[in-house]
Amino acid sequence: MASSITIDNVDAAYGAVRVLEAVTIDVRAAETVVLLGTNGNGKSTLMKCIMGIVRPSSGRIMASIDGVQHDLTSLTTEQIVDLGIALVPEGRRLFPKLTVEENLALGAFRPTARAMIKQNLEACFETFPRLAERRSQLAGSMSGGEQQMLALGRALMLAPKILLVDEPSVGLAPILVSRTIDKIKELKDRLNLTVLMAEQNFTQALRIADRGYVIVHGKIAFAGNSVDELNNNDLIRKFYLGL
Amino acid sequence: MRAFYFYVSSILVGGLFFAFARWLGNDYLFFAGYTVLQFVVLATAWNILGGYCGYVNFGSAAFFAMGAYSSVALHKLAAGVDRYFPESLVGFAKLILPLNIPTLIIFGGIVSGLVGLGTGYLTLRLRGAFFAIATLALAVVLQTLIVNWDFVGGSRGAYIIRPGEVPILGSYIQYLFLVMLVLAVVALAAARIIEQSRLGYGFATIRDDEMAAEACGVPTLKLKLIATTMSGALMGMAGAPFPYYIGYLEPSSAFGLAYAVNSIAMPMIGGTTSWVGPLVGALLLGIIQQIATVTISSAINLLIVGLLLVGFVIVAPKGIIGLVQDFMRERASDKGQPTWRSRLAIFANMRPGAR
Repeated sequence: MASSITIDNVDAAYGAVRVLEAVTIDVRAAETVVLLGTNGNGKSTLMKCIMGIVRPSSGRIMASIDGVQHDLTSLTTEQIVDLGIALVPEGRRLFPKLTVEENLALGAFRPTARAMIKQNLEACFETFPRLAERRSQLAGSMSGGEQQMLALGRALMLAPKILLVDEPSVGLAPILVSRTIDKIKELKDRLNLTVLMAEQNFTQALRIADRGYVIVHGKIAFAGNSVDELNNNDLIRKFYLGL
Repeated sequence: MRAFYFYVSSILVGGLFFAFARWLGNDYLFFAGYTVLQFVVLATAWNILGGYCGYVNFGSAAFFAMGAYSSVALHKLAAGVDRYFPESLVGFAKLILPLNIPTLIIFGGIVSGLVGLGTGYLTLRLRGAFFAIATLALAVVLQTLIVNWDFVGGSRGAYIIRPGEVPILGSYIQYLFLVMLVLAVVALAAARIIEQSRLGYGFATIRDDEMAAEACGVPTLKLKLIATTMSGALMGMAGAPFPYYIGYLEPSSAFGLAYAVNSIAMPMIGGTTSWVGPLVGALLLGIIQQIATVTISSAINLLIVGLLLVGFVIVAPKGIIGLVQDFMRERASDKGQPTWRSRLAIFANMRPGAR
């Protein structure tokens, strides 16, 4: 049951603006890899490249799902979702005028996920009891933390093998950030997920990370093979933490 | 069961009106009713793309006119069978031409549906105001094409001599009215089915957040193309019998501002979230306009629409449906027991207490 992603030498641009340059990232099976970087360094663009929402101008993005190789750059977003790769988009991006339950059901829009919609919904409510309480409430009327839970829950409705989380901490109070990060860890362990998480919050992200990359101006500035390497890195201290 | 009630009640209401108008023996009621029903179809069609998907279409008149002109083209073809067909096919052509109104409606639907599909491919990567501008431009382009197409009359317009009588019913306008009534029920049923289906939820995700929809695996481009095609096809179907109704069709009336404005204003005033909205809006505005036409002047119609639209946008941006929902939210939550209000809400696919 091994699922991993290999990003090889990916370039991406919006028009004439180059956003990613020769990005090479490796997310091995059952790992939690964090992508660290401040605003505007290309984290979200990389996530969108993996999902096929933004097309890289060169390079390869391969996903190995249960041992079968897929070239993601040649697939449409729907096909990528079908493979079991779920994205929790930055800023949650819920459907604010639909209820919690409808939001969750829409996570299982693809035929593969639709068959298991009942179990997945139950599992979702079990993981996030708060969502069960609010199942008929409009998503837009919930608090930021609840919305983040819903965004995670919506991604889980796919029964994903690889979970991409884009900046789960955006707009949340510190205690909610820490709870959200814990939840991601819990889900990863329980569902045996492979997780790639883009995050600005260095300390929180490293709590659950196995490895990490630092992305600066669209280039991988540093690849840390362990949390320690990231923690005791001069470059990070200088550029990122400003110490 | 709810669907059953829907069909029964819509046929009952339509049938009752028809019987009433026949009993009065006044053909004007059919003329006026036809126009109102035509706007019901147009508003419902607009709402499929504009209300459910959130893509505002300013080019409704173009789709309507394409339906109308496809009828004109087929009518002209029938009139000149000997000229336009090779000898070997003349006999066959005379057998099937001229086509009856329901067949013309299907043709009009196909033509406008294809125009809608093409528009979708060309413009759906645009969003918001840019999409709206593109549809407006489309209307201008198509009007120019029609003005320069001599076969359908060009800028001179085309006369359509309609048959004086039809079997069984007698009066031709009564026949047209019945056809439009059926079309209106079909359009409302289509909107209702979409709303309750996965397709409708897919549309709603596009309206709420297109990128999130994509991340959920909703095939957004495909759904948007379905929406433009369906919306365009229904508008074309509304336009197809129009030449037979009006008797003389010219580009500036077929592409008239009134169609574009009304098909936006009616759903907006009624409410865009449910199929009931365009129906209520079209009935309300359509009837007001008909009354204004006979009592004051037809020139005042657009003024009424404009003022009402401005008023509703300021006072009740969610339309009449939104007002009703607000009213129901206060009452329906009393004991959790379904009230007649919450039942009504469920019937109309609205969530009581929502928003």
